Amino acid sequence: MTRHVIARAGEIAPGERRLVELDGRRIGVFNLAGEYFALLDRCPHQGGPMCRGHQVGFVTAARPGEYVRSREGELVKCPWHGWMFDIRTGQSWCGPERLSVRRFEVSVEPGAALVEGPFVAETYPVSVEDDYVVVQA
Amino acid sequence: MSQTETLTHAETRLQIIDCDIHPAMRSARDLYPFLAQRWREHLDTYGLRLPAPFTASSPYPKAAPALSRADAWPPNGAPPGADLDFMRAQLLDAYDIGFGILHLLSPSGMDQRNQAFGAALCRAINEWQVATWTGPEPRLKGSIALPGEDAAAAVAELEHWAGHPDFVQVSMVTHTIEPLGRRRYWPIYEAAAAAGLPVGLHTSGYNGHAVTAAGWPSFYVEEHHEVAISQQAVAASLILEGVFAHLPDLRAVIVEAGFAWVPSLGWRLDQHWARMRDEVPHVARPPSEYMRQNLWYTTQPMDEPERPRDLRDVMDWIGWDRILFATDYPHWDFDEPRDAFKIRLSDGERRRVFADNARALYRLP
Amino acid sequence: MSETIARAAPRHPAGRIPLPGAGAIDCDIHPAVSGMAALLPYLSTHWREQVTLRGIDGLDSASYPLRVSAHGRPDWRPENAKPGSGPATLIAHAVDAFGTAIAICNPLYGVQALPNADMSAALCRAVNEWLAHEYLDRDPRLRGSALVPLRDPDLAAAEIERVAADRRFVQVLVPAMGEAPLGRRLHWPILRAAERHGMPLGIHAGSMFKHATSSNGWPSYHLEDTVLQSHAFQAQLLSLVSEGAFAEFPRLRVVLLEAGFTWLPQFLWRATRTWRAMRAEVPWVDRSPADIIREHVRVTIQPTDAPPTADAMSRVLAQLGSDRMLLFSTDYPHWHFDGLDALPAGIPDAMLPRLLSENALETYPRLQGQGLCAWTPVKAEP
Repeated sequence: MTRHVIARAGEIAPGERRLVELDGRRIGVFNLAGEYFALLDRCPHQGGPMCRGHQVGFVTAARPGEYVRSREGELVKCPWHGWMFDIRTGQSWCGPERLSVRRFEVSVEPGAALVEGPFVAETYPVSVEDDYVVVQA
Repeated sequence: MSQTETLTHAETRLQIIDCDIHPAMRSARDLYPFLAQRWREHLDTYGLRLPAPFTASSPYPKAAPALSRADAWPPNGAPPGADLDFMRAQLLDAYDIGFGILHLLSPSGMDQRNQAFGAALCRAINEWQVATWTGPEPRLKGSIALPGEDAAAAVAELEHWAGHPDFVQVSMVTHTIEPLGRRRYWPIYEAAAAAGLPVGLHTSGYNGHAVTAAGWPSFYVEEHHEVAISQQAVAASLILEGVFAHLPDLRAVIVEAGFAWVPSLGWRLDQHWARMRDEVPHVARPPSEYMRQNLWYTTQPMDEPERPRDLRDVMDWIGWDRILFATDYPHWDFDEPRDAFKIRLSDGERRRVFADNARALYRLP
Repeated sequence: MSETIARAAPRHPAGRIPLPGAGAIDCDIHPAVSGMAALLPYLSTHWREQVTLRGIDGLDSASYPLRVSAHGRPDWRPENAKPGSGPATLIAHAVDAFGTAIAICNPLYGVQALPNADMSAALCRAVNEWLAHEYLDRDPRLRGSALVPLRDPDLAAAEIERVAADRRFVQVLVPAMGEAPLGRRLHWPILRAAERHGMPLGIHAGSMFKHATSSNGWPSYHLEDTVLQSHAFQAQLLSLVSEGAFAEFPRLRVVLLEAGFTWLPQFLWRATRTWRAMRAEVPWVDRSPADIIREHVRVTIQPTDAPPTADAMSRVLAQLGSDRMLLFSTDYPHWHFDGLDALPAGIPDAMLPRLLSENALETYPRLQGQGLCAWTPVKAEP
């Protein structure tokens, strides 16, 4: 893993993102309310440019006809088939568990009516050091 | 490990034939150069009139603007699919596409309630295809848009273009006033068969019928699936009305319905035909035989079994020679050529599905 | 998803269910209403007068033209009467001959398609009463499904409340091709009442002819109408799932009757793919449509729409990914097989207990607690 300085702190404003190319990989770096996260810009579904999709909130419903929103902007929706990924973790929120097929642990988030999906986008650690945003990739 | 990394050298050399690409216009006014003054004025005032509620939206609002991938908007501000250079870069060159078959969805002439206007639109659309797409870009091939609700006008349009090297098939909408197998459309099939042109049937059009035989669904998530299911009814109609019995050499392509439905529809047709064949004496053979003789199916939207290996069974049951790869570029449910199949295809299978089947069907070099 | 469906299991010999006392539950047989005269005793004075004065009759569903052999197997067709007529004949043909423990009667009389909701409600009630008195009273092995007036969901819910007192009614019956998809909120009084009383919503092939039998218009042939029924079932499943009917009514079960089932796996795959793209449109769909349908939906096995080989059938069953969904049926008197050969080749022996009775007992709670034993295979003769 190499440490890459990709921006000065403050260059990527909260709610924004930057696409960078590191060692031949395209990576999206997101600023969620001052915290940085990095995802490989390649959807596990068919390889779409995931990080260039809309950032959306999480919508649940206790009953049909309700639209309960949370975590605005914390999911990215792949611009191809619309799969949604948690920017913080890379976890997909679009499919049910398949314990016999996938190696990932699947859990039900308390209070949420959703099961986390088995597909996880590749993530990279991001830190802010001396006013620089550093991605380890 | 991604599919890309497992491609053999032979596979990477394969030039793909993409059997469903959607060009677009900036607006219907792109057709002005190809419309008589009378119809320009008509387009400007009364405009496109379909049995559908909105002037500028589909009845079921779609998943994305222009139905398209968010990354397919050209930098020059044109809508997705409207810029040839961008299509070359993002699709044709990026995936080494040898030929791409065009299906224009909007505006469409065939389902215009003003049929004379619709016929004029079809002519204009066909001229626009040549001027804007197939002329400048030899990798692109057009589909002759036919005003199929007026069979005589449709035959005239077909005969006008038959033999033109830029067109590889005729196309009609699929939500029609009567099911497409009905007699009123037969002169069109006769002309297509005589001209050696396949009939490309992309799910499209508005006919005022409910989206399903059980009524109108509420959500796009239903409607998007339903329009694929309706393509099965198109196939059933062509078979059971006797179009293929009448024209054994006619070739038809079911576009944008996926393909995993093909085996079970064939089994169901065969079972019920066996019991009720006295009603349809013109259907002399089990219906599934016509599915294997006269019909081809594009891959998009790719079917995604929970156990990927089940797709192989499905394709074995259909016949590997009947399946045509398509991206559906630039739509949001675009299938990526390298990653769409989650099973490993042999070199021969890949060649057939991604190129040779279409080459044979469309008589491409 | 279950991996318990064995591939390449031994084929069931000649498709025959071992007799007698075998304990199988037949989830779809059809007693026939001979005509309005049969219903007069079950109508109020007002409606008896109305139907008589106005000459209202001939309400057999146009989805089942009576003399088509597919809808009445020749050896099941009484002389000068509709197939399915007469309780003694039905019991002999459909119950005694197969040795089934229970048979669920699904009348297909077309009264639900009447546009006058009050008239429809009265006639639905009359059919239900006719069934109870002339069939269910005749033989303890018979159970019934109640017709309800779809045009007015509140009247339909009231009829469900009324028949629920008779525990021999185990299901609510509606046609596959109605006026509005069944998941829509306007139908929820029906779903609510059905759920409350542990009665599955039974959706049966057939049309009310409020819409063309395909979204592409009216086909020429009855054969085509019949084949296209499977698409209506698919539309109903999409509606029930997408509208959140199973979220709102978590104990609701739905049974697809005479729908075919070999189309189900590919349908589940596509429904799941589409849903993944549109989560925010229907956020109450909290897990994949495939999982919801496997949990809440059951399907009778006639017509089988079987592939040409037993191997292919066993693969389709494996693709379905559940051994809980299929329910045995003969679909008497409709003609899907000859003799007693109701089971298609390719169903693994290990699946038979579930197919022949356990799944039905789970699906129809009102069958439970009646001392019914699960089906067990009869020992082969030495």
